[in-house]
Amino acid sequence: MPMRSENSSRLALTEDWQHGGFGLYIHWPFCAAKCPYCDFNSHVSRQIDQDRWARAYLSEIERVGALTKGRVLNTVFFGGGTPSLMSPDTVHAILDRVRRVWPMANDPEITLEANPGSVDTANFEAYAQAGVNRVSMGIQALNDTDLRRLGRIHSVADARAAFDIARKQFDRVSFDLIYARQDQSLSAWEAELRAALSMAVDHLSLYQLTVENGTAFGDRFLAGGLRGLPDDDLSADMYQLTQDVCGEHDMFAYEVSNHARAGAESRHNRIYWQYGDYAGIGPGAHGRLTINGQKLATVGWSMPDKWISTAERGDGTKDSTALSALDQAQEYLLLGLRISEGIDLDRLTTFGRTYVDDNKIDELVSLGMVTRRGNRLAATSRGRLVLNAVIEELMPLE
Amino acid sequence: MRSTGDFEPLDIRQILQFVHQHIAHRRGSRPVAQRQQHGLYRVFRPHQQGRDRPVIIVVDPTAQALTPRCGLCPDPEGHALNPPHHPRLPCNFPRHVAFLSVVCAARPAKPPAATYRATLTVAAFRIISARMTKLSHIRNFSIVAHIDHGKSTLADRLIQSTNTVSAREMKEQLLDAMDIERERGITIKANTVRIEYKAEDGETYILNLIDTPGHVDFAYEVSRSMRAVEGSLLVVDATQGVEAQTLANVYTAIDADHEIVPVLNKIDLPAAEPERICEQIEDVIGIDASDACLISAKTGIGIPSVLEAIVKRLPPPHEGDPDKPLKAMLVDSKYDPYLGVVVIVRVIDGVLKKGQRIKMMRTGGTYDIDRIGVYRPAMQEVKELGPGEIGYITAQIKQVRDTRVGDTITTEKKGCETALPGFKPSIPVVFCGLFPVDAADFEDMRDAIEKLALNDASFTSEMETSAALGFGFRCGFLGLLHLEVIRDRLEREYNIDLITTAPSVIYRIYMRDGSEIELHNPADMPDPSTIDHIEEPRIKATILVPDEYLGDVLKLCQDRRGIQLDLTYAGSRAMVVYDLPLNEVVFDFYDRLKSVTKGYASFDYQMLGYREDNLVKMQILVNDEPVDALSTMVHRDRAEMRGRAMCEKLKDLIPRHMFKIPIQAAIGGKVIARETLAALRKDVTAKCYGGDATRKKKLLEKQKAGKKKMRQFGKVDIPQEAFISALKMDG
Repeated sequence: MPMRSENSSRLALTEDWQHGGFGLYIHWPFCAAKCPYCDFNSHVSRQIDQDRWARAYLSEIERVGALTKGRVLNTVFFGGGTPSLMSPDTVHAILDRVRRVWPMANDPEITLEANPGSVDTANFEAYAQAGVNRVSMGIQALNDTDLRRLGRIHSVADARAAFDIARKQFDRVSFDLIYARQDQSLSAWEAELRAALSMAVDHLSLYQLTVENGTAFGDRFLAGGLRGLPDDDLSADMYQLTQDVCGEHDMFAYEVSNHARAGAESRHNRIYWQYGDYAGIGPGAHGRLTINGQKLATVGWSMPDKWISTAERGDGTKDSTALSALDQAQEYLLLGLRISEGIDLDRLTTFGRTYVDDNKIDELVSLGMVTRRGNRLAATSRGRLVLNAVIEELMPLE
Repeated sequence: MRSTGDFEPLDIRQILQFVHQHIAHRRGSRPVAQRQQHGLYRVFRPHQQGRDRPVIIVVDPTAQALTPRCGLCPDPEGHALNPPHHPRLPCNFPRHVAFLSVVCAARPAKPPAATYRATLTVAAFRIISARMTKLSHIRNFSIVAHIDHGKSTLADRLIQSTNTVSAREMKEQLLDAMDIERERGITIKANTVRIEYKAEDGETYILNLIDTPGHVDFAYEVSRSMRAVEGSLLVVDATQGVEAQTLANVYTAIDADHEIVPVLNKIDLPAAEPERICEQIEDVIGIDASDACLISAKTGIGIPSVLEAIVKRLPPPHEGDPDKPLKAMLVDSKYDPYLGVVVIVRVIDGVLKKGQRIKMMRTGGTYDIDRIGVYRPAMQEVKELGPGEIGYITAQIKQVRDTRVGDTITTEKKGCETALPGFKPSIPVVFCGLFPVDAADFEDMRDAIEKLALNDASFTSEMETSAALGFGFRCGFLGLLHLEVIRDRLEREYNIDLITTAPSVIYRIYMRDGSEIELHNPADMPDPSTIDHIEEPRIKATILVPDEYLGDVLKLCQDRRGIQLDLTYAGSRAMVVYDLPLNEVVFDFYDRLKSVTKGYASFDYQMLGYREDNLVKMQILVNDEPVDALSTMVHRDRAEMRGRAMCEKLKDLIPRHMFKIPIQAAIGGKVIARETLAALRKDVTAKCYGGDATRKKKLLEKQKAGKKKMRQFGKVDIPQEAFISALKMDG
């Protein structure tokens, strides 16, 4: 742990990751059913030996802890898969071990992703007791027909009931909705969004449906199926509407797809976007860890059997790659421009050399795509809609 | 009896016997009088473009001193054939058939008394005349066919069934050497193969096949190859019928005085209609198809009949004296990395020998022959090549450019006096700019172009600088196929990504001050106020099309400023002849034709010459910047339409940017069409968390690298394919 010895907070930072903080991501790879749009590393398995999995996680926590000794851990995030299918004992054991391995921040954020099914909600109280203080619920739609088309196994009624339980158990509750769905009209989305905002929610992740290759939706799309998806103009209108309606409820987009009341932002996710360090534990989990001054990109074996057996033998890491200055600049740029405060251009230059062309920035400023205030470069709401193009313009290449 | 030189006088009974055996029984050989002791034979020539005149040959064994008589003159008795004076007809009879009396008439009023008539073809006549010579055991032939009608397969079968190659060496399309040739199923360079065949008459014949290029782009090369042989197999797909390309090549063959043996291929297919196709051959081409060989090159059915027909029906080489000075035709040449330039030759007179010092009569180059051989189809060295023979030579020639197709090869000392007729240097007719996508590739590209130019005399290049595209080359080609072949080779063999600009033809610009400019590149067009008038090249296009698509074809030709010259029917197929501006054809005419006729039309063309028209240069402005690589010459009346079409096309081809982009077409300073490409509205990744950074980064890097393949004009990225695609017209 670097020592804070200087007066200036900037100078006190000796390693870049400290701008973003340090979090732990735990990946639970199992789901009750695979959703057709999902391209995450998730698997459906009948028999899961929870104790064995718990032991593997604990051993990995010890291993990573040894590498990052003394760091203050800001956040823990259980993602998946469906982590709400983890037994509360497993969650409990993991969080106990985490607290033993790392000093925790004063007010750590501990999030668990949950599905709104009865099996999941039954464990909410136990998760809260284990230390989870935030849930992120995969509600996805507030319309039963669309829930079925999305391959979800819960109903709107289930979702609302689960939300109410979560609200009672956890300080902070967020949920996800997927929009720009097949045959969805602008007004239908508005009604659904307003319904969501009327629930006592302080954080919403609102994703436009993305058809990814290698998913069931992707296959259908390639085969000419999956008709009725909105065109670019309609999805742009939907995005704009989302900004306006959420704005009315003081739920501003602090990131491309994430809305929160002030102070209710996901601190764990902000570590990614602010390009801090995070340990990734579990099958296919990615991490970014600065060890001995070198930022590493790590990834675990993605097949659950492979991961657990390697973890049991001492290390579930499939690959650990040193990131070059250029890699880091690219990653910081593409992650950092997603959030409302944007990136710190000075920080970009500390990776090695000046990476962003001032002329390019001026051009984008004149097009109204970005703003530049001092050393901060941020995407405007217009720029955010075409963020890939903006990043591409700025992206430094070899 | 007059002297017959080196040859034994023929016994007329032998001749008559031969005629009975080989000619009189042929279908289509119609004896027109009772058989008597004397012979009067009507020589049937395939009726072709107004030259269908019969030649009557009188064989009179009782004559004491008969004179050959001309076949073209109105005098029914003909006139003396000494000296020969009708070069297109076989008046220049070899000396040894001098006792044949030839009288003629276009329509003889009365047959001469005491004669009898049978039909004798030119070929058969030559068979008689060459019977006594070594030439009689040589048959040189080519195969005329439309693409996919089975030319290469038939060639393979002929080679295979005569055991010219072992089964082990056999691979498909033995003759097409280049990858591009195999891939596209086309022939670019002439190839030759020597086949030894033991015929049913017990004699062994040498069959030399020249596989000629079939595409219009290489029409001159085709005509030279055809001049090097005496007969052709006309291969027609029995399920498809005659195509325009076949027609053009068969006329080239007829022009070269070929005897033609029709061969119907694919008769094993259920859709084969041999009778109908035979009729079509007779109707459309005008040759007798009653004794066509019916074959399936794929299964091997009928192949022996083709070999017999080659021997029996094709004439042997009809000229040639080994004692005369060397005279050989340069048929084609190609570069071999080990041997240098390999030249395919056909010997007319004299003998080619190793060590001879030869001279190219047109280019003037002199070389020592170091190898002589024949293709079987692998190279096999021989001691010499005599009259009538076809083979290859190598002579330390460095560049294919030094060997011009159609040139005459003779000995440096005591060479022949006159060169073979018909030579013409090949002149490019289509031009376009080729630029490296990555400017760093320019030097590599220069090397590659030099290498290609060394081996392709018809490909020209000169350096060009474009404001938009940087350094590149303005290149000239024989046609669009040639352009594509060269571009493919640069990209594939030399690994250079290219931008190809709009193909253009050569315009002749007549200036006010009386001077004349040849414009190869619209970007170089002088100030219109200094121009008096502009002429453009025109072609005569022949299109064969099933009648249900005729309307679409006429509309297409009309849209391309065509003038109809002819429209005839042969069965359910129409033959349309149009006078078209070449610039309307070089680009996508053939693609459009294929698409409006679902691939059933066939097309061929020949140059007609230059004609004045109201032509202007149209510029394209993208985001208010002129893009010189998109400048084109258009007819004034069609400029608005073309301009609109191009702007619309570009609107689809240019990706959306973060700002809106005006796309305009203009003549001089005047905008004639305008489209606006709307700004990009949405392009953002919905989810991007800790696990996604690596993947998204790679994706964006790839996209950005992809953009490097585009060209920047001002602030706008234009993809490479836009330069060509923008010119394609859909309607």
